[in-house]
Amino acid sequence: MPTTAPNGPSAPTASAAAHALSDVTASDAALRRFLHGLPGVDAVGLEARAASLGTRSIKTTSKAYAIDLAISMVDLTTLEGADTPGKVRALGAKAVHPDPTDRTTPTTAAVCVYPDMVAVAKEAVAGSGVKVASVATAFPAGRATLGVKLADVREAVAAGADEIDMVIDRGAFLAGHFMKVYDEIVAVKEACGTSARLKVIFETGELSTYDNIRRASWLGMLAGADFIKTSTGKVAVNATPANTLLMLQAVRDFRAQTGIQVGVKPAGGIRTSKDAIKFLVLVNETAGEDWLDNHWFRFGASSLLNDLLMQRQKLATGRYSGPDYVTVD
Amino acid sequence: MSDRTPERLTVFKTYKLYVGGKFPRSESGRVYEVTDSKGNWLANAPLSSRKDARDAVVAARKAFGGWSGATAYNRGQVLYRVAEMLEGRREQFVREVAEAEGLSKAKAAAQVDAAVDRWVWYAGWTDKIAQVVGGGNPVAGPFFNLSSPEPTGVVAVLAPQKSSFLGLVSVLAPVIATGNTAVVIASERAPLPALSLGEVLATSDVPGGVVNVLSGRTAEIAAPLAAHQDVNAIDLAGADEALAKELEIAAADNLKRVLRPQPVDDWTATPGTDRMTAFLETKTVWHPTGSLGASGSSY
Repeated sequence: MPTTAPNGPSAPTASAAAHALSDVTASDAALRRFLHGLPGVDAVGLEARAASLGTRSIKTTSKAYAIDLAISMVDLTTLEGADTPGKVRALGAKAVHPDPTDRTTPTTAAVCVYPDMVAVAKEAVAGSGVKVASVATAFPAGRATLGVKLADVREAVAAGADEIDMVIDRGAFLAGHFMKVYDEIVAVKEACGTSARLKVIFETGELSTYDNIRRASWLGMLAGADFIKTSTGKVAVNATPANTLLMLQAVRDFRAQTGIQVGVKPAGGIRTSKDAIKFLVLVNETAGEDWLDNHWFRFGASSLLNDLLMQRQKLATGRYSGPDYVTVD
Repeated sequence: MSDRTPERLTVFKTYKLYVGGKFPRSESGRVYEVTDSKGNWLANAPLSSRKDARDAVVAARKAFGGWSGATAYNRGQVLYRVAEMLEGRREQFVREVAEAEGLSKAKAAAQVDAAVDRWVWYAGWTDKIAQVVGGGNPVAGPFFNLSSPEPTGVVAVLAPQKSSFLGLVSVLAPVIATGNTAVVIASERAPLPALSLGEVLATSDVPGGVVNVLSGRTAEIAAPLAAHQDVNAIDLAGADEALAKELEIAAADNLKRVLRPQPVDDWTATPGTDRMTAFLETKTVWHPTGSLGASGSSY
């Protein structure tokens, strides 16, 4: 299955390659031509590939490694209307010491909160190396004017967010206004400055087709995303192995063409250790070992961490653990 | 062409586990041969692994909230419904019990009848046990002090090895009557009546996950259940002395309630309330009566 983009040399140096793809974003027409020129996705093949990689058996020491790696990749998330400072502080404490009874447990990668909770979260994880990510740009709908979205981002960055999770304008994308989406991502990236990494959420459940997910991935990467992220977790269909596999192919091909590495973050619907390990297999087999690090791959999840901890306790003690031994939230 | 009608092919039954209201095969894919008392092959039963046990506990935990929260009256109706459904499949159970235990048809029928009656007996107890073991306590103060029995939680039950059906019902019914959920390990040598009971439970309003039936090597499945942190109690009826000791040690880690094997000569005898009270906790509530005024009464 050819998955590389049509034009551009195969593996040039970073600066020359950025130059090679820079002309595709020169105009609305050029961008549309490039995105529509991407090879179509073989949906049946993609799902079969994702399913077959999900059957790998990961046991004993590999499993212990995978669980610790997965814990270190979790963006521990609370995005509820009912979030209180107390809840965010509790989440921060959990991110720093996921299992207080076993201090060898790695910390999670980040906590992910709404912009107004960034300052509280920052304080809760201070000095631990755990990052604070903030959703912004009128999350989760993204239905606001650019000015409002940028103000949202600037406030989160000013409050100390290390990472910004933005949503793209799906309406504009589905209407074919690719340049509008592109410009918006570029503007948000600029508002992030040098201090915050930018994750771009496509809300794959609303993009309808695999072709659209591939186009959105390339669009996001061309606009300067540091991470591409599947979904908000607020719609019916969230991260699936198939759409994550597709995005992993995109980041692999993008690096091959431009030398720029982009991270991937599946979010929503990943609840069990087994699921998480399946995603890690996808990463290893598709993008490669370079992405098996929390700088380049994340899980957006909340309940997943508890299951990972219960599995970790089972491996350590040989006894099946239960929900009485992990936090409720 | 011959005009003889061809002999009809036998349709064998695939015995499967009963977990979370569904009938899965063992996760391990293993089966073992089940024979009658004379050693003739009867069927292949699933040989459950520790992962089946883990899945069963997850199902039982999930069902606990709904089942323990149901009214005692409703639980009684459901248990009575089990008796009704069992009565309708009497012939099948008589045959299975006769084969499993090497009994005559009349003796097997007596066992099945006693089992049906046992469901009815425990169905009656669901909304009466609270009056027997709970109640108001006299205290030296202006309080109502009330104790009420609450179910312990997820109970692992090792069914008796010899009495494959009446024994099973006699240990299972008291556990679920009071609102616990159960993971049952069927008799190792004669698991077929237990696996068929799963089919009866599935069609008699018992919510999925309240009873989960596993078949296989008792020692192999019981060990992870006894050590499981999310199992609240274990009934060791089907364990021999050495296994019971080993399991009781494993069960101590999260302070499980343990019911040691009780010698039972005759399962048809009236059981009493002991098996119910073994898996009940007592909740006591203090409530001010209000008579705190200087005059001695606020009314």
